[in-house]
Amino acid sequence: MTVADPPAASPAAGRAPAGAPTARSVITTPVLRFAGRSIRIRPRLVIVAGIALVVLVAVIAASLMVGTIRLGFGDLATVFAGDAKPSLERSVLGRRLPRALTAAFVGALLGMSGALFQSLSRNPLGSPDIIGFTSGAATAAVFQIIVFGGGMLATALAAVVGGMLTALAVYLLARRDGVTGGLRLVLVGIGVGAVVSAFSSLLIARADINDAMVAQLWGAGSLLGRGWTHAWLTLAALVVLTPLLLVLGRKLALMEMGDDTAHSIGVRVERTRFIAMLVGVTAAAAATAVAGPIAFIAFASGHIARHLAPVPGVLIGLSAVVGAALLAGADLLAQNLDVGMRTPVGLVTSLLGGVYLLWLLARRI
Amino acid sequence: MPTSPSTPSSSLSAPSPAPASAPAPARPAGLSAHGLELGYGPRTIVAGLDLDIPAGGFTVIIGPNGCGKSTLLRALSRMLKPRGGSVTLDGADIARLRTKQVARNISTLAQAPATPTAITVADLVARGRNPYQSLLQQWSAADEAAVASALAEVAMTEHRERLVEELSGGQRQRAWIAMALAQETPILLLDEPTTYLDISHQIDVLDLCAGLHEAGRTLVAVLHDLNLAARYASHIVAMRDGRVVAEGPPESVITSELLRSVFDLEALVIPDPETGRPLIVPRDRRARGTGSCSGPAAGSGPAADAVADPHAAEPTATATITHTTTPTDAVEPALMAEQESA
Repeated sequence: MTVADPPAASPAAGRAPAGAPTARSVITTPVLRFAGRSIRIRPRLVIVAGIALVVLVAVIAASLMVGTIRLGFGDLATVFAGDAKPSLERSVLGRRLPRALTAAFVGALLGMSGALFQSLSRNPLGSPDIIGFTSGAATAAVFQIIVFGGGMLATALAAVVGGMLTALAVYLLARRDGVTGGLRLVLVGIGVGAVVSAFSSLLIARADINDAMVAQLWGAGSLLGRGWTHAWLTLAALVVLTPLLLVLGRKLALMEMGDDTAHSIGVRVERTRFIAMLVGVTAAAAATAVAGPIAFIAFASGHIARHLAPVPGVLIGLSAVVGAALLAGADLLAQNLDVGMRTPVGLVTSLLGGVYLLWLLARRI
Repeated sequence: MPTSPSTPSSSLSAPSPAPASAPAPARPAGLSAHGLELGYGPRTIVAGLDLDIPAGGFTVIIGPNGCGKSTLLRALSRMLKPRGGSVTLDGADIARLRTKQVARNISTLAQAPATPTAITVADLVARGRNPYQSLLQQWSAADEAAVASALAEVAMTEHRERLVEELSGGQRQRAWIAMALAQETPILLLDEPTTYLDISHQIDVLDLCAGLHEAGRTLVAVLHDLNLAARYASHIVAMRDGRVVAEGPPESVITSELLRSVFDLEALVIPDPETGRPLIVPRDRRARGTGSCSGPAAGSGPAADAVADPHAAEPTATATITHTTTPTDAVEPALMAEQESA
């Protein structure tokens, strides 16, 4: 690509030995240059992310069209142009669109959080839904509903705080000799997750029947009745967290080579790990606060992203798009599965995710 | 601001680098430890250690398992924060430098780095440029030149598009060394760079290190194999129980007395017929009732035998130095029996 002049700082003499390529770059990826900046592009990643984005848009469009009133592309066009009947407009723009967007945003938060924790724990099982962070967030929310009587913002806040506290407990328990081991983190996380889930069940069992029903529905992970407030909240979380996650992703990729190696090339390892945990838990807890504990999206997005694009690095962006498409797709399925009641999306993701995990394990062993 | 020092590249195939094209790094890079105290948790591993790493030298740290070699190396690279004392780089405390600043001066090859999945050699080496990069400055002309030169220096240019996970152990180690070289640091620390390699790859990697040293870099390596340490080092630091027991050129440090006091090992030290450096031949500790030279060792080669003879009496003739805190019970009776039979 660009074998430019040697840098001014170092003398040209003795550089570029005889065997060195002069016609093309030593790295195979293209480099985007503008205004003195340079960004490396991975074509495979861009293409795969583009395809995933198209799938996501298709899923969202589909979830606008199906439901009790089925619509065609023409109907959608009239709705967006503002020419449709008010009832149709209310249904699409007031209910279906915010719900689909909330699903996509929650899925993106979960996907990024999953990719981050899988890298941090250096273990494919190290995603927040498996190591207890989402259970912790959900339990705190259930506690809030039953003891203090709910309220959307208060419940969401409780979920975020609960997720943080659980993460802190797991982090401290998994720490030994000042190092947070990967497998230890996973095992301790599963244990802590089981304990807080049991606490949540206990709370529901002892609660007043009405509170218990609210808490139970919330605890299953549902997108039922999510409106624009939820969509805007999750979008705000995405806007704040995504840049942080992208910066962290670069450093986490270096930390996958081991703490010592990452340190030797200029990464502040423990500090990065701490900030990454904080940001990752915030993302997972924000998602849980809006939609309840939705299983397996965080776990599966990282995996699927890695399968689709075998390139080095932590695939934060791609995992976000994959997670968004997965959850929007699962919610589309949940809305149209008729099991005699309205299926919570958490049930669908648990079912599909469990099968996916079994399939993965069967293939590995 | 320390801009990248020019690190002249010496092609591996060339037997010796052209003297004209080998200017030393822009400034002598002095790495020193002062009253260093190191440990993990409640354990103290190194206490009150003072050490000057000779600038432009190839220093090899030797010592028994658990003596604090790797711990010292981690402190020198600022990976481990000292409990007391300091490590200085050109007189400045490295604890006060920015992490990327340290990474532009000291590169470290860790003992067992984890190979990322699906990464090519060139991409791995490119990661060594991290101290010079940022989110919006991911690939400069300087990065390009440094990576090209690092790949050439370890003779991996033709393999640059292969996946690291598919390489042989020796090639993989070269790729990791190239990553450290791409950092363009005057100082290179290596923690047991020959572990898990077969003998020819060990020699291969250390020949490469010797070339890097001749090109003007300061090298510090932890090595387990004493013969390789004696063969390649310009300066040996022998450690035991977290202290420096002896240091200096291999010829004066590697002696029977030192091996006894540092490793509790009874050994002959003879000149290596190939290099003239000290060569360690451990005594046969199995009770045999015969002299050491009449065993199977006699068949090991006429050259070794001829050289060994004049030195054979050496270990029994001199007194041990003071440090033998752990008695070598198993060894002493065997030796005495040997003397009697002789």
